[in-house]
Amino acid sequence: MARSITTKRKTINTAFAWAVGLLIFFPILWTILTSFKTEADAIAFPPKFLFFDWTLENYAVVQERSDYMRFLWNSIIIAGGSTLLGIIIAIPAAWSMAFVPSRRTKDILMWMLSTKMLPAVGVLYPMYLIFIKLGWLDTRIGLVIVLMLINLPIIIWMLYTYFKEIPGEILEAARMDGASLKSEILYVLTPMAVPGIASTILLNVILAWNEAFWTLNLTAANAAPLTAFIASYSSPEGLFYAKLSAASTMAIAPILIMGWFSQKQLVRGLTFGAVK
Amino acid sequence: MKLTVRALMGACAIGAFSAAAYAETITIATVNNGDMIRMQGYTDDFTAKTGHTVEWVTLEENVLRQRVTTDITAKGGQFDIMTIGMYETPIWGKNGWLVPLNDLSAEYDAADILPAMSGGLSYEGTLYAAPFYGESSMVMYRKDLMEKAGLEMPEAPTWEFIREAAAKMTDRATETNGICLRGKAGWGEGGAFITAMSNSFGARWFDENWKPQFDTEAWANTVNFFKGMMDESGPTGYATNGFNENLSLFQQGKCGMWIDATVAASFVTNKDSTVAEHVGFALAPDNGLGKRSNWLWAWALAIPAGTQKEAAAKQFIEWATSKDYIELVAAKEGWANVPPGARTSLYENPEYQKVPFAKMTLDSILSANPNAPTVDPVPYVGVQFAAIPEFAGIASDVSQEFSAAYAGQQTVEEALAKAQAIATDAMEAAGY
Amino acid sequence: MATKASRTAARIMMAPAVILLLGWMLVPLIMTLWFSFRNYLPLRGGDLGFAGFDNYVRFVTSSAFWPAVMATMIIVVGTLVITVVLGVLLALLLDQPMWGQGIVRILVIAPFFVMPTVSGLVWKNMFLDSVNGLFAHIARFIGATPVEWMIEAPFFSIILIVSWQWLPFATLILLTAIQSLDSEQLEAAEIDGAPKIKRFWYIIVPHLGRAITVVILIQTIFLLSIFAEIYVTTAGAFGSKTLTYLIFQRVLESQNVGLGSAGGVYAIILANIVAIFLMRIVGKNLDS
Repeated sequence: MARSITTKRKTINTAFAWAVGLLIFFPILWTILTSFKTEADAIAFPPKFLFFDWTLENYAVVQERSDYMRFLWNSIIIAGGSTLLGIIIAIPAAWSMAFVPSRRTKDILMWMLSTKMLPAVGVLYPMYLIFIKLGWLDTRIGLVIVLMLINLPIIIWMLYTYFKEIPGEILEAARMDGASLKSEILYVLTPMAVPGIASTILLNVILAWNEAFWTLNLTAANAAPLTAFIASYSSPEGLFYAKLSAASTMAIAPILIMGWFSQKQLVRGLTFGAVK
Repeated sequence: MKLTVRALMGACAIGAFSAAAYAETITIATVNNGDMIRMQGYTDDFTAKTGHTVEWVTLEENVLRQRVTTDITAKGGQFDIMTIGMYETPIWGKNGWLVPLNDLSAEYDAADILPAMSGGLSYEGTLYAAPFYGESSMVMYRKDLMEKAGLEMPEAPTWEFIREAAAKMTDRATETNGICLRGKAGWGEGGAFITAMSNSFGARWFDENWKPQFDTEAWANTVNFFKGMMDESGPTGYATNGFNENLSLFQQGKCGMWIDATVAASFVTNKDSTVAEHVGFALAPDNGLGKRSNWLWAWALAIPAGTQKEAAAKQFIEWATSKDYIELVAAKEGWANVPPGARTSLYENPEYQKVPFAKMTLDSILSANPNAPTVDPVPYVGVQFAAIPEFAGIASDVSQEFSAAYAGQQTVEEALAKAQAIATDAMEAAGY
Repeated sequence: MATKASRTAARIMMAPAVILLLGWMLVPLIMTLWFSFRNYLPLRGGDLGFAGFDNYVRFVTSSAFWPAVMATMIIVVGTLVITVVLGVLLALLLDQPMWGQGIVRILVIAPFFVMPTVSGLVWKNMFLDSVNGLFAHIARFIGATPVEWMIEAPFFSIILIVSWQWLPFATLILLTAIQSLDSEQLEAAEIDGAPKIKRFWYIIVPHLGRAITVVILIQTIFLLSIFAEIYVTTAGAFGSKTLTYLIFQRVLESQNVGLGSAGGVYAIILANIVAIFLMRIVGKNLDS
């Protein structure tokens, strides 16, 4: 089965892939490096790559100015909460679409995706007014719900495609054994769908983590996540590359680390039904 | 209706008064400028004095502006204090969205606020926002380069002189640009600069009947002069340079002159600047028409009407914009770092007078008059803006057209024609 | 096969999602439609009455409208082309056996984890800035004049940034598809002596059709509404103003909610045209 690969070819592959990988990763690497420079070194010509006076000063300044942990905690709650809520609502919907399809299933899926096309800024005022009425401004629950709704179509679609791949015979067999609908979902379907659910969760945590319009416009002090944290470093007076880099590194580090640990899952699972 | 509102506000005030004894947490939206960040560092002093704690929402200028505008117009009540400028204050004050600040305590000494500042932060004589710091604009220049060019900067230069000096100071080989100015799109960036500059060329945004004036010769002269001078002696890519980009260029010794906010003076003379000891100051240039090209701006603290924590918010404003606060900063970080441009007493202080840019800052502020900004009469208030709700939108579009002209993507005439069309359309839409 | 009972159960299970999304779609949509017919100016005191079709006419006749539609299209199409082409190549590369495959993969997908605001700021300031950016430093190093990216190539700059962010997404999906490719089929072709190009063109590309469709569909939805990347780089100057950005300006800078809402309605129409177009051209791929 396996094709025999010469060492020479593997070496070439490795060199080339690493070069491309490092090139793509370079902006992030550069940001991380810059975050350890002084402001003067950050703009120095010729640029300093590794040989500069490494300093933690920028992190100290950023930490002193803003309570990073609070922004981080809000990000975790909002991204995690909205994904979890979305999954809970999406699993039954995706299940029924995958296993009891009707003629309209495809249309419903498409319609769900189309709800993502409404430009957010056009409905800022209506949403703001609704949020005031509901008392949801600057609350985590408000953002959890909004981000859940934004990402729900994607969640449903992803789950639908995973469920579709589960052979129907297994369900038939379970039904013959007299499994109830509940146990069918719980004991037969869910274990088989775990990899799919996991990568759905991953993708949606990333999307929710990076959402920067609603999280910025519907929060003030209490529920502001890391996107708001970044907005206070984006273009201040004076030299700011190093401080911006430090703040950026702090904002992306948690999700980057999460991505690092789960990359296998993400690589295997992100199909959107692209694979039959 | 009015009676109910007033009764309601009275009730609120009483409620606030009785609650004043308790410690409250107030939420303050502010901009991420250096002076505000310094203020955040001193929050403990406020808490120690009053018992109230503060939640800061610090945002970049444009984000802040959108955020607080949305909140105040929709009455979201997310903030107890908002940091706003001279553009917003009269408009919001007129709409009754801000708590009047006419009952500040005697020791606060509201009469000490520079008249130009309190004038620009009032509507019909009532103060609606207290200036945290104020600024005008002025020329900052390199004495060493000026000397090398064989010129001497007068205290009140003309545009002709500036252009000539800029050309002589320019040395492309060493990346020394004679002059750095804002060309970046955005009404608070390049838009503010060109508008202030146009005042000295006899141009105006609107005539007495609110008709846009971009089709006048005065505007053509302004923009052509700006572009001509910047093409000769400005940095490449000046069409994307704003305050921050120019500051960075100047600090790195790449500008001979820079005409910008007076608050920049402390940045170009501090430790980040490689040219700190060579910097001189002069008034913003004029054209002999009786108006100089300097603007007037204040970042000020205002309380949105309807907040539950009005009393605590007022206490904060009295703390942050007080003489005591200035002394606190001076004691800890030196006089050069105190928030400038807000109080008369600061400029009477002999210690502060030793600061090299103090006098020029005051002179610049005093020479700007938001109530009569232009050579010809105008129906609006504001030097580098017109305090009407439509201005920000129009000016943002117009300044994009100008930036495209600076970048050579269209001619100045095309840009002005488009500006005229944009402004006319928007003013019609607003029902003028 | 499906019994009546299970069909009822299915409906009940779908109900929460459908109802929520219906509400999420209808409430803002109806409010947008309502506002678009009102003269709603928050800074002038709010709702000033019925405006008829004034907002619609004004929005579409504004000199900024068609350039904004064009700008939107250029950015969406440009990014799609780059991410799909590079995504296929990258996926093929990553599918090859090599040392440290896991690490290379994480390097390649990392940009997807970066917030749009952060990537916009980092690219603009630290790479594309014509004075202190790394590209300018490199240009100076080799004796060239630094390019004014935001002025001379605003579309290129924005597409570069957006593509950098979305390339990982495309690569991931395409990679999963390639991995599912039947290696026997490929081997057979290899034994038959089919040249590499031919194998790529006749076996791999058709197999990837479905995956490419998915990439295009999902990315289009996200790209039509990109905002942060433009906001922090050109702020809509130099012709890079997209429809989303134009609506933002009308709503938040001009404080004209009515006009912005009319723009929102146009944006929805445009999005749906694009969607129908996509369905027609590529929808079949999804059904099979």
